[in-house]
Amino acid sequence: MHPAYSVIFFTTASGAGFGLLALLGVLGPLRLLPADRWFGLSALFLAFALAVGGLLSSTLHLKSPARARFAFSQWRSSWLSREGVASIATMAIAGVFAIGWVFFEATAGWWAAAGLLAALGALLTVFSTGKIYAVLKPIRQWHDPLVVPVYLLFALATGAVWLDAVVAVLAGGSVAVGLGTIIVVIGAWGTKVAYWKRIDQGRSPSTPESATGLGSLGQVRLLMAPHTEENYLQREMGYRVARKHTAKLRVVAGFFGLAVPVFLILAGWLLPTGAAAVCAVLAALFVSLGVVIERWLFFAEARHTVTLYYGDRVG
Amino acid sequence: MTSLPKRPSAKKLGLVIDLDTCVGCHACVVNCKEWNTGGYPAPLTDQNPYGKDVSGAWLNRVHTFEAGEGAEGRTIHFPKSCLHCEEPLCVTVCPTGASYKRDEDGIVLVDEDRCMGCGLCAWACPYGAREMDMGVGVMKKCTLCIDRIYNENLEEVDRVPACVSTCPASARHFGDLGDPNSAVSRLVAERGGYDLMPEQGYKPTNKYLPPRPRRDASTAGAKPEALDEASPEGGFLGWVDRLLSAV
Ligand code: SF4
Ligand code: SF4
Repeated sequence: MHPAYSVIFFTTASGAGFGLLALLGVLGPLRLLPADRWFGLSALFLAFALAVGGLLSSTLHLKSPARARFAFSQWRSSWLSREGVASIATMAIAGVFAIGWVFFEATAGWWAAAGLLAALGALLTVFSTGKIYAVLKPIRQWHDPLVVPVYLLFALATGAVWLDAVVAVLAGGSVAVGLGTIIVVIGAWGTKVAYWKRIDQGRSPSTPESATGLGSLGQVRLLMAPHTEENYLQREMGYRVARKHTAKLRVVAGFFGLAVPVFLILAGWLLPTGAAAVCAVLAALFVSLGVVIERWLFFAEARHTVTLYYGDRVG
Repeated sequence: MTSLPKRPSAKKLGLVIDLDTCVGCHACVVNCKEWNTGGYPAPLTDQNPYGKDVSGAWLNRVHTFEAGEGAEGRTIHFPKSCLHCEEPLCVTVCPTGASYKRDEDGIVLVDEDRCMGCGLCAWACPYGAREMDMGVGVMKKCTLCIDRIYNENLEEVDRVPACVSTCPASARHFGDLGDPNSAVSRLVAERGGYDLMPEQGYKPTNKYLPPRPRRDASTAGAKPEALDEASPEGGFLGWVDRLLSAV
């Protein structure tokens, strides 16, 4: 599948934003984070900026973006629509939660309820994002039970590194937050490795023989394509540039997204506050870079059954 | 709207494509483009149509495949357009309600005034039956010529999809596949018509008729009638032959 940069940026940024929101919505009411107004303002602002920035960039790949308003209407059947509805509802509730934290320095009582609801909404939004891909049967690498958990775990992992960075910059760091971050980051990449194993071993049920129904005559080969130049289908679904570098890119993604940030967070524990804060921010940036590569691979490694009609042997 | 009809419609309009007789002339492709760029509801655009990197949205394409090896190999021309599936994921994934499946006859359509051009439905179609129209910014697909088949301004014989009316080899048939007694259903039953990629679970309405078995030695090898002898002995022709040979 062709990696659309606006979609990669969108899922990475809004994943981090909603992941951060989920953590703030739970850890705030549990009093595990400073109730201080400036902390609340910075952390929630960052979460909103990432989520909204991501959502806006997702409209860049629409061919008729003015009609995006209709996209909230089909929540009964469409996960893309559900994602839209969930994201807007989550932001509204998170707005209420933010009022409590920022204006009243309060995260208990009703404010806590708003926080927990916002956290639930954030997770539902990311769940819907994962589902958009996971329901697509023609793309074997996406129609996989680990796709949704990977989306959720990466949202929490990227949210956690940003939370760790905000805590390090504004509140002098916290070993507990750092440790929690390391655990989710490792969990996310561990699940991703399991996912990679699954897609490497799996096989599409479809072949050129089943696609044409001509298998009884023998092996089916494309003799003449229907058109001389590439069409929309091939541009969108026939992407193959990265496949030969897949193994290397997976290592690169893990290096930037896992090894470097974990080292930086650990190093931060030994360094003075200022240097530790720099390490924490760098860690957040590196995880994001790793996730961008991971997302790019998610597209580039995925194969669509339509390529069977254009000469590919495996769908 | 993108929820599917509660239960499948009784009427299932669709195409039956005969892979035995299709000669791969692409006439259906051209007539489809011609009809759909002029009719309902917006042009079917091309980009750079006379330049180097020609590109455009077409609703019907003919692939050509080879199946089997050596002398046993066959060449098969393979037209492909939307199959108007009974379980079309392309419809349910659509966030805007632009894609829908009609209750009354099962035709899958795109409401071009609602489509935001996200392309998700094209990802959801295993058959590659949807193409984005880059000029208009909306998704296009086969409408089964909804503006012909119910059009009372046309002669009754012309109330079939453009591709069907134009096929010189009669390789395309249109009708109600929900009615077991319709001509198309009988054709499917007689010739062993089949679904493409049944394993994907979309239950396509359109059916394909397999190429007929190659004629075996007993029929293909029958001797042609013997020709007349070139240098006949005797009779009038013999006399002419001898005379001309002597000259
Ligand atoms: S062939 Fe593709 S576009 Fe047509 S109904 Fe089936 S899934 Fe949808
Ligand atoms: S491209 Fe249009 S018809 Fe297809 S899913 Fe998106 S909004 Fe719906």
